[in-house]
Amino acid sequence: MKKLFTGMLCATAVAMAATSAANAHRMWLLPSTFTLSGDTQWITVDGAISNDLFFPNHVALPLEDIRVTAPDGQTVPLQNGATGRFRSTFDVELTQQGTYRISETGGLYFASWTDAEGETQRRRGTLETFESEGITAIDGVSLMHSSRRVETFVTLGAPTTGAFELDGTGYELQPVTHPNDVYAGEAAEFRVFLNGSPAEGAAVEIVRGNDRYRDDAGAVHAVTAADGSFSFTPDEAGRYWISAGRGESSRPEPDADGIVRISSYTATIEALPF
Amino acid sequence: MRAILSLAGTALLAVPAAASDMEIELEIPRLRVAEYHRPYVAIWIAREDQSVAANLAVWYQLTAGPEGDGKTWLKDIRMWWRRIGRTLDMPVDGVSGPTRPPATHTLEIPQDDPRLRDLEPGHYFLFVEASREVGGRELLEIPFEWAPDASSETTIEGDTELGRITLRLTAN
Repeated sequence: MKKLFTGMLCATAVAMAATSAANAHRMWLLPSTFTLSGDTQWITVDGAISNDLFFPNHVALPLEDIRVTAPDGQTVPLQNGATGRFRSTFDVELTQQGTYRISETGGLYFASWTDAEGETQRRRGTLETFESEGITAIDGVSLMHSSRRVETFVTLGAPTTGAFELDGTGYELQPVTHPNDVYAGEAAEFRVFLNGSPAEGAAVEIVRGNDRYRDDAGAVHAVTAADGSFSFTPDEAGRYWISAGRGESSRPEPDADGIVRISSYTATIEALPF
Repeated sequence: MRAILSLAGTALLAVPAAASDMEIELEIPRLRVAEYHRPYVAIWIAREDQSVAANLAVWYQLTAGPEGDGKTWLKDIRMWWRRIGRTLDMPVDGVSGPTRPPATHTLEIPQDDPRLRDLEPGHYFLFVEASREVGGRELLEIPFEWAPDASSETTIEGDTELGRITLRLTAN
């Protein structure tokens, strides 16, 4: 495979990253309850990719790649899963005291090349498909992989951190403030990791839910420090959507195999009144 | 039978001699609402840095009902849940109790009660928090000094979920 990284591809990647950070299609997982008490409880979780937070109005988030990590680090099954036109929904039975991490991870390959007639061709799919169709063998093809992680956190009893072990792929969030211990008027701090290491200079955007009832969504922006940390103080109680991605200043560089990899992160948290 | 009753009466009469060092009067107001449920109520003592010095009482549905285990809604006594509740294994002896009806309720806590025994001298806040299903939430606080040099009485009035709260401290 010849490594040719045209300005066109970089521009596309930047535009895509900008889109995910700006306004358009936001991916989210929303639990029916973030903080619970008792011995055993149930939650229902909705997953969608929508324009408004948290109103499902675009497409459902697929259920296939959702993983629920229990406080002890073990994976527990989804129950009663269903995918509708605008949202997916599933239940989780919480049998352990502590914090559950609910993650959806997805990824897609993009290929672009100039064909014999000088026309730009673009395709998206899996790497296997590209290989079987001979796309990866095309002279001058550009390949990009875009991955995402969509998360939320739910706590039964007191918050714990056993479910926060890093996967080491793409962007991830680590608590400084526990995501189920966020209160209006108090600073909340988190750390962003990329491929298992602290992500310096990552662009963070925070939007409170119900933005469709506001003329200005009032997004808050932050850039992560050298240790990947950022903090913000929710003005009001409510559900907040946090997204993290590559800073606008940095251009995606290809990995050793010639594939440009970009990733995004979103999490839904709740700030309680105090 | 008569002898036993009189003996019991004597025992009761002996109580005021060991005067309560802390007495809390707490009014749960009668509310004219279509759907009424008794509030969950938590009463605790916090230090100036908000850390908890004593967990005095939490009134909640102790049994499972048709809608589930009563512990399900402990989280709705929001500040108490964050400060203390979520780290406790409920019920707690001498602290947990059933929900109470609209009325003025009195808690008498003698100085040697396990809940007060270890209270160091200092400045504290008495917190009373109430949360009601299909209703609201209210949090009230009364500052006080422990141990009191002189007997005192402080009263505050709630607006919605709580009525009049009185803290009486008896100096020894």
